[in-house]
Amino acid sequence: MDILRADAVVVGSGWAGSILSKELREAGLSVIMLERGPDRSTAVEGAYPDSIDELRGAIRHRLYQDLSQTTVTIRNRMDQRALPYRSLGAFLPGEGVGGAGLHWSGVHFRVAPDDLALRSNVIARYGRKFVPEGMHLQDYGVTYEELEPFFDKAEKVFGTSGEPYRINGKIVGKGNVFSPSRSDAFPLPALKDVYTAYLFRGAAERVGYHPYSLPAANASGPYTNPYGAQMGPCNFCGYCSGYDCYMYSKASPNVNIQPALRQDAGFRLISRAHVLRVDLDSAKKHARGVTYLDLDTQREVKVEAALVILGAFQFHNVHLMLLSGIGRPYDAAKNEGVVGRNFVYQTITTSHAWMPQDRFTNQFIGTGGGGVAIDDFNSMNFDHGPHGFIGGSPVWVNQAGVKPIAASSFGGGKDAPRWGKGFKRAFADTYRHAFAIDAHGSNMAYRDAYLDLDPTWKDAYGQPLLRMTYDWHDNDIRMNRYVVSRIEPIMKELGATKYELGMLQPGQSFDTRVYKTTHLGGGAVMGDDPTTSALNRYLQSWDVPNVFVIGSNAFPQGMGYNPTGMVAALAYWAAHQIRTTYLKAPGPLVPS
Amino acid sequence: MGGLEGWRQAIAAETDGPYTPRFFTPEEWRFIEAACECLFPRDEVGPGARDLAVPRFIDRQMDTPWGRGALWYMMAPFEAGPPNLGYQLPLAPRDLYRTGIAGAERYCVKAHGKSFADLDTDTQVAVLTSFEKNPIDLDEGLPASLFFEQLLANTLEGAFSDPLYGGNRHLEGWVMLGFPGARADFMDWVDQYGPAYPLGSVAINGETAKGA
Ligand SMILES: Cc1cc2nc3c(=O)[nH]c(=O)nc-3n(C[C@H](O)[C@H](O)[C@H](O)COP(=O)(O)OP(=O)(O)OC[C@H]3O[C@@H](n4cnc5c(N)ncnc54)[C@H](O)[C@@H]3O)c2cc1C
Ligand code: SF4
Repeated sequence: MDILRADAVVVGSGWAGSILSKELREAGLSVIMLERGPDRSTAVEGAYPDSIDELRGAIRHRLYQDLSQTTVTIRNRMDQRALPYRSLGAFLPGEGVGGAGLHWSGVHFRVAPDDLALRSNVIARYGRKFVPEGMHLQDYGVTYEELEPFFDKAEKVFGTSGEPYRINGKIVGKGNVFSPSRSDAFPLPALKDVYTAYLFRGAAERVGYHPYSLPAANASGPYTNPYGAQMGPCNFCGYCSGYDCYMYSKASPNVNIQPALRQDAGFRLISRAHVLRVDLDSAKKHARGVTYLDLDTQREVKVEAALVILGAFQFHNVHLMLLSGIGRPYDAAKNEGVVGRNFVYQTITTSHAWMPQDRFTNQFIGTGGGGVAIDDFNSMNFDHGPHGFIGGSPVWVNQAGVKPIAASSFGGGKDAPRWGKGFKRAFADTYRHAFAIDAHGSNMAYRDAYLDLDPTWKDAYGQPLLRMTYDWHDNDIRMNRYVVSRIEPIMKELGATKYELGMLQPGQSFDTRVYKTTHLGGGAVMGDDPTTSALNRYLQSWDVPNVFVIGSNAFPQGMGYNPTGMVAALAYWAAHQIRTTYLKAPGPLVPS
Repeated sequence: MGGLEGWRQAIAAETDGPYTPRFFTPEEWRFIEAACECLFPRDEVGPGARDLAVPRFIDRQMDTPWGRGALWYMMAPFEAGPPNLGYQLPLAPRDLYRTGIAGAERYCVKAHGKSFADLDTDTQVAVLTSFEKNPIDLDEGLPASLFFEQLLANTLEGAFSDPLYGGNRHLEGWVMLGFPGARADFMDWVDQYGPAYPLGSVAINGETAKGA
């Protein structure tokens, strides 16, 4: 077998893997990065006009995971047989260099500080009985103050546009009044409001909410980041979510970090390298490196390394841990073990509004990270006491560019014909006048929502698929319904001729066929207690201390915000600890 | 003639000339043409599926990696489950069409004594409506409603995708909606609040809509 050697091996070339690679290179380590998908660059995949193609992009999923080789199985309940996720639907994992960071939308949040200690906060405010039976509510074990420098660093690398509210405790702008204090402004001013965001902003303000510009990793002007990467101003091209940005305006690992790495002789990127497992010693206490399959030669290759970084994305990280024997697998029946525990998602529903015929929303104009939001019903920003649920949702207009194929399946709304006579009328009359408002909410963790290995189905390499056991729970459905009901006053104020509120229905099952979000989380969470977390507060495996697992797998519950800002901050936070402490004396950073 | 103009004319000749399906048999093609038109009929709002060459789009899609099922996880075993856990049949899209059309034709002959394409419009609508609502199997475990949804989704794709793929002839699907196509630059239009976007549709190959 071929053997390669490096100080560190990094699995995955998305944000998590790219940030860790850069940091470890700065610390002087030689780094090999392994990515199972093809090499990708904006100059090729993003080139205009070929990339401006809805069918190839968002519909046939050009830049996403190739399910023909490996997928997951899914079931709603533990007593059900899980079945393969055979074609992409509810979530769209990335693949290829840059991962999902090449084609994400760009909404770039920090975190609501209360969410980091949600268990402690809920219990302090509402008492222990407020937490329903079967809910695994947990704290992250890290505070906003500790993470702040790393949020700041990530924004500077991403070239994030936004409007601050408070800097060093002083109110400085019209940003989100619920957001915590920052150490510095955003690198770029907020993007302009498109028409529908402007309508939402005005209406939300008039009904007494607190609208703010979404922080966006879509550049509002020219920008050069600390690594020397250059971004151009976003032109609201509307081919954003699911597309590589031909304008070099949307932050991606490919544009914002990898150019610096690719010139560096101590860094080596190997694409089409499918990592099969992390190789452990016989006691399963130390990793020797990883084994990958070279997809071109079909030969296995070993990479020996003193440090192993998993940045393969949330559930792929968990899959690799389970395949390799890192940490104790979660056993839902016994409610023991940690790897696979607390698998979470988000509750997302879309409401629609239609403006009069003489007002054009032109919803094909837009940018993935831009828009206007309110946080009045997110996190702990409102009183949950009377409602009896935990969690919340930001609500927003985030017009990323609504193109005709996607819009046609919705047509003229719920009551309009879906086809045949009347369909075209309803669709043509509404396409340029419609718009959407999303409730993008949290999702708590439960004893019966988890990841493990499937007993039946295998991937193209002969390894068991990962199995997801997941359904909506009453707490989250009620949260979603409450928050969506709070959209109604905005709808009434907008001047819409018609609106439809989109809510989860009581008892509704998770449906794998329709896109919701790729904001999956948990499964290998961070925390202070090794019996309820797979990773310590530095995202280091409790069991195999030379393995760090970077990604939204670390979130103990699904938050209302989009995850990538938090993933990037956690990546820099973990890297900082590796650089300043771990490398001096490799071993557990927290005693277990 | 060479250059861009020559290229445009060559594309136009391909676009407007008669089309011989590469995947569908003549009988299947009659079904596809009639069913697409029934789903997306020509009317006062704009062109129908035939005008937009939607059937040609679907025929070409059958010979893509997607049509051959190469984008899907197609490993055995194949087991039935609740609809919300997604597609579980061993049929790639092109096999799904072949099986679905055969089953639909059998249904039409049995129920109405004729092939789908020979039924009057009202009966065609009634047949498609019953497929839409009906989870009964057409054949090989393929529910009629599943075949219907695939056909509807691909018809809409054919009407509204870039003309590159053989449908949306002369961008008329986009013109009907007022969608500008591959412009992808709205720098000076972001904060124009309320008026219609003024520029017409363009395609990836540079074709512009009539009057744009
Ligand atoms: C359409 C879309 C829009 C989104 N919009 C937003 C947004 O607006 N805001 C936001 O915060 N988030 C958004 N996200 C989520 C965001 O893309 C992810 O949170 C983020 O990219 C995750 O980064 P990552 O590095 O953890 O994983 P990824 O980017 O998924 O990278 C992991 C890489 O590892 C590779 N890999 C996996 N397994 C193996 C293996 N065994 N061997 C080798 N390589 C492997 C994968 O191929 C992949 O390239 C969006 C996602 C999608 C799909
Ligand atoms: S909307 Fe802006 S950031 Fe998004 S792809 Fe287009 S130019 Fe890039």
